Amino acid sequence: MEFLAPTSWDEALAVKAEHPEAEVIAGGTDVMVDLNFDRRRPAMLVDLTRIADLATWQIDGSVLTIGAGVTYARIIDELSTLAPGLAIASRTVGSPQIRNRGTIGGNLGSASPAGDAHPPLLATKATVEVASARGSRSVPVEKFFTGAKRHVLAPDELIAAVTVPVAAGPQQFAKVGTRNAMVIAVTSFALALDPHAHAVGTGIGSAAPTPIRAEEAERVLAGELAAADQWEHRRPLDDHLVDHFARLSAEAAAPIDDVRGTAAYRRHALAVLARRTLSWAWSEYQRN
Amino acid sequence: MQLQFTVNERPCHVDDVWEGESLLFVLRERVGLWGSKNACEQGECGSCTVLLDGAAVCSCLVAAGQVDGRHVVTVEGLGDRSDLHPVQQAFVDAGAVQCGFCTPGLVVATADLLRRNPSPSDAEIREALAGNLCRCTGYAQILDAVRLAAAVAR
Repeated sequence: MEFLAPTSWDEALAVKAEHPEAEVIAGGTDVMVDLNFDRRRPAMLVDLTRIADLATWQIDGSVLTIGAGVTYARIIDELSTLAPGLAIASRTVGSPQIRNRGTIGGNLGSASPAGDAHPPLLATKATVEVASARGSRSVPVEKFFTGAKRHVLAPDELIAAVTVPVAAGPQQFAKVGTRNAMVIAVTSFALALDPHAHAVGTGIGSAAPTPIRAEEAERVLAGELAAADQWEHRRPLDDHLVDHFARLSAEAAAPIDDVRGTAAYRRHALAVLARRTLSWAWSEYQRN
Repeated sequence: MQLQFTVNERPCHVDDVWEGESLLFVLRERVGLWGSKNACEQGECGSCTVLLDGAAVCSCLVAAGQVDGRHVVTVEGLGDRSDLHPVQQAFVDAGAVQCGFCTPGLVVATADLLRRNPSPSDAEIREALAGNLCRCTGYAQILDAVRLAAAVAR
């Protein structure tokens, strides 16, 4: 096995162009498990942790760009105001040790249906910035996942960054698991309210082959909020509307029975999580 | 491959490292530091916790090449038999050790917590140690040990 540790982004892209089969490693929280258990024996490991630029974030106007190498720990410490949904989701990842290593780019690259960063990225309509020696392109996050642990990246491409709008309103995330730490989501749900655009965003984790949005739930809630002039009045939400949103969110999922839970349980839990996150987010909106 | 890094403030040079092996393997099998324990090899149990450039990490999930030029502190770097670290002393005094396998990881994670937060609440202690599993004690004495170490430091 070869081990390469490029120190610049251009060098990393050149390495990947020359060795598209090389395995990319950042925090190692997925890749090293496969190596330790002999599930994968890549001919080459390309370590991205020496590329300083990859572990930075910037704001340009109302757009937040988070480098692929930014860890969950730093998202929690540094981005809880700019990207609150992502920060809440990051707090539920693994343990302190895992959050100190695991990166947002790695979460996307692994493309697990249960990846904790994915639902808040879907809810905020994030864009994945992808690059290769051939050039760069922007992929809307809902087009990024093509199946369980599969994504649109070509073999020579790397994830450079994720862009999300700076939060314009309340965002929430909730996850069901057997304990508070170290759990892969049985199912998870993210919600983002945008009072400026009068928009509702959602993301569902671990209840379909890929992370998905609950588009009908978004459309119905946004329509009802607009019809009742609720963005302006901030009155308590009608119970029927909250229930309807919860039911539509659960219906958007395509869960399966597996070791972590049954399809029926996931669907039930999703409705609960959708109701809770909407209640929390709306309470926050009413307070501010 | 060859590695040069700092372990417990001493320079360390290691030859013939296989590129796919973990920092944990390097520490235990090549450097002879057996304090960090090898159990789950998937970041679930925390028994291999070390500080990498000051951050608590599972050494089983760090590729050997990623530590080249970096600073690693293992449980051996915190204290030894003749000069226990206050966290180690608190684990002894609180009876927080039974089989002892998880103890090095818990000691490193606790030392890391108390450096960042000298007066943690019970919820903060639980959160900080959520990635360290103990299958003997039921955690009550471990929480006692953390509270004791924090109190002694004050």
